[in-house]
Amino acid sequence: MSSHNESIIREPLVTGKDITYAKVTDDILLPVENKPNKAWWIGFTMAALGALLWVFSVGYTFWTGIGAWGLNKTVGWAWDITDFVWWVGIGHAGTLISAVLLIFRQNWRNSINRSAEAMTIFAVICAATYVVAHMGRPWLAYWIFPLPNQFGSLWVNFNSPLVWDAFAISTYFTVSLVFWYCGLLPDIASVRDRAAGLKRRIYSILSFGWNGSVKTWQRFEIVSLILAGISTPLVLSVHTIVSMDFATSVIPGWHTTIFPPYFVAGAIFSGFAMVQTLLLVMRKVLNFENYITMFHIESMNKIILATGSIVGIAYLTELFIAWYSGSEYEMYAFSNRIAGPYWWAYWTMMTCNVISPQLFWFKRIRTSIPISWVLSIVVNIGMWFERFVIIVTSLHRDYLPSSWAMFYPSWVDVGVFVGSVGLFFTLFLLFLRFLPGIAIAEVKLLLKSASLQQKSKLIKEGHLDSEQVEFFRNTLTKYDSVTDEEIKELETK
Amino acid sequence: MGTHNHHNDYNFSEQFTFTGRAKVVSLVALAIGIVTIAIGLLSNDHVTVERTYANLLLMGYYFTGVCAAGGCFLAIQYVTQAGWPSGLIRIPQAMAYILPVASLILLLIIVGGLFSHNLYHHWFGEGLTDPDSPSYDAIIAGKSSFLNAPGFLLRQVAFMGTYSICAWMLARYSYSEDLHGGLNSYKKSFKLSAIFLVIFGFTSPIWMFDTIMSLEAHWFSTMFGWYNFAAIFVSGLCVITLIVILLKKSGYLAWVNENHLHDLGKLIFGFSIFWTYVWFAQFMLIWYANIPEETVYFYKRWEPEYKPWFWINVFINFVIPVLVLVNRDFVRNSKILAAVCIVLLLGHWLDFYIMVMPGTVETHRAFGWVEIGSALGFTGLFAFLVLNKLSKHALAPAKHPFLEESLHHQI
Repeated sequence: MSSHNESIIREPLVTGKDITYAKVTDDILLPVENKPNKAWWIGFTMAALGALLWVFSVGYTFWTGIGAWGLNKTVGWAWDITDFVWWVGIGHAGTLISAVLLIFRQNWRNSINRSAEAMTIFAVICAATYVVAHMGRPWLAYWIFPLPNQFGSLWVNFNSPLVWDAFAISTYFTVSLVFWYCGLLPDIASVRDRAAGLKRRIYSILSFGWNGSVKTWQRFEIVSLILAGISTPLVLSVHTIVSMDFATSVIPGWHTTIFPPYFVAGAIFSGFAMVQTLLLVMRKVLNFENYITMFHIESMNKIILATGSIVGIAYLTELFIAWYSGSEYEMYAFSNRIAGPYWWAYWTMMTCNVISPQLFWFKRIRTSIPISWVLSIVVNIGMWFERFVIIVTSLHRDYLPSSWAMFYPSWVDVGVFVGSVGLFFTLFLLFLRFLPGIAIAEVKLLLKSASLQQKSKLIKEGHLDSEQVEFFRNTLTKYDSVTDEEIKELETK
Repeated sequence: MGTHNHHNDYNFSEQFTFTGRAKVVSLVALAIGIVTIAIGLLSNDHVTVERTYANLLLMGYYFTGVCAAGGCFLAIQYVTQAGWPSGLIRIPQAMAYILPVASLILLLIIVGGLFSHNLYHHWFGEGLTDPDSPSYDAIIAGKSSFLNAPGFLLRQVAFMGTYSICAWMLARYSYSEDLHGGLNSYKKSFKLSAIFLVIFGFTSPIWMFDTIMSLEAHWFSTMFGWYNFAAIFVSGLCVITLIVILLKKSGYLAWVNENHLHDLGKLIFGFSIFWTYVWFAQFMLIWYANIPEETVYFYKRWEPEYKPWFWINVFINFVIPVLVLVNRDFVRNSKILAAVCIVLLLGHWLDFYIMVMPGTVETHRAFGWVEIGSALGFTGLFAFLVLNKLSKHALAPAKHPFLEESLHHQI
């Protein structure tokens, strides 16, 4: 991190005038220290109703068995696994932002990592519920772990990617949770120090006795880097193993070698889209515009563009190799995807995942908040369809034409999915209510180097190259949190 | 910042003087290469001729790949607005600049190998696509609308030509920045980098399928392109690092220090793991599914001629960088880092060897004078061209907007 030597042409990560350390704390803790507003209650009520639907649909599944879903003997795996992979994928951005971007010293991550990590954890929880819901007999869920036979189960089959999955996801969840919670400690201590009574007691316990000493901060830095090092392979491993659930098989459309990195790219793609969906609303409703700036929005859009294109390369490679392989089953699987009865799913996937992100080549689109928000949702619709296409279109016409069938979801399938979205938003809204949605301590690190305030000061001191200052001023015009007056003040004489 | 030389007394107009030992050694190596290849190609023994062609392809591809990796490194650092590498950017620029030469040489090798039937004979030969011919191959015939000589050569020219133009122009923009200053070159480089990465990203898998995968034209793997990209990118990073270390050893690049080496080392570490990841994913999925049309590739590499080398490949390119470069003190030590780079460059030579040989010379493989001579020749040629280019410009991009950040880089 280059601190005071940062080039002036880098865009500011914190905007606003008279931003002090105290003001950062005040701004970010506002939703935690005050009664929630109407918008929060409306959102929470809707999300909680969704979560109730989830409880009902999953309860119904447990009561009647998996026959409640729309599965048939040809398509034995459909919405359940589609939704599972969709949620696991979404749960990738948090760790990418917190770990990989930390290793790459991308300090714009400081303002978005907290909520992205929270989002990750909730998405992984949603995914984990599908693992259990899948089982038919959820009270035997512990059978996925290699318990000795004395427990009454069989030793697990270590050759099965489903077993690898159980390990990958539980490791990922644990490490993400620890990483997220360690990052929260100084901020929970800030809440504690400003609270009174029972609230103070609770936050005091939650802060693990954080005292803000130099020693504590040093340990905090070390633990962050170590956890980042541990989490980085996990960003790759989880979706790699999810992809192997399919790719180790001999089903055309599932078995292809590019699956692991292609799934990881898709996961980061959908995860960033979900972060964008959440943050664009959050920054507006909670007045975080000075911390989550247009630079953050644009950067995330660029990552969505890059990962969407990587996914596009993978789709095209698969198509090409299906033809190049000369294998008639491979060729049929793909022509069936494109032009078979599920053609609409394939083309929805292609449009949403490959074509729509290309709009982000235009600066006006990637700096437009409404369009970015809509596209972020389009991306996740596309990513849901991607999994649906991979799973259902590969299964519904298998090697035996007499068993070909279509899949129709039952109301329970729909209920579990819509319900899981409700569950996710319930958890996220509760998080915003009780914990700081932006990493206070980490944003404070940026004030002396990457804030507009600091950069204005440097410009006013006047030793800078005037062309570079002009370049910097031009980048500010896209910021919705910087007024024309502020830009004008930076004019060089 | 504005005027860069405020806080330090580095000599940014310093230029590399390409004389003496470096020049002699690279030219001697090149001469050895030329003699080896000439003897190999003029040999009466068909196997030797074929082996020479296989080595030419291996080294031509390696050479082109490393130069393209220099271009990718440049482009990635522009689009990600990376500040730290600006002080050493002249090295990948020199590599990118000579990509046209590398491409031309590879093209000559491919044309020669194709029409002399020493390379690509699996899909390019008499009667392969003719149903009445005894050598008819239905699978090859099925692919012939893609795998045919005109289409193949057209793609080679189009792909390598486009990469060359982009990489060459990227280097040029920075050289002209030295003369004119301002942000114009930076802005243009940013745009061109994005365009280059899109073109390279979408077309390079096809280029790699063509150049290497089609040597065994029945076999297919969707991962093959990304696997090759990982291999050339690790190699490119190692070459950049090695040149930086050698220049520093000769007293140049005073502004590049162990922090920059540390970052280069971390990239080598990371991309070595990425290489292993794609290698493993490709291998494991094919091994697991056990479908004959896919396992045939590894079956050939499981023969006694190749099997030990097949595993040594993974050991060198995964275990060594991981065990050595995980240690902070080792990465920051230029001697250890240079040793790892050399080992990895040999390791990826072996990697390409295992990709090329089983489909060309099959069991007649060897590590002998042809292998050593061609490797020396191409290394000499590469060193000569890159060092010659480096000597033509200042070693620091003095007017790069992020140079100041690079000078103060600390991790």
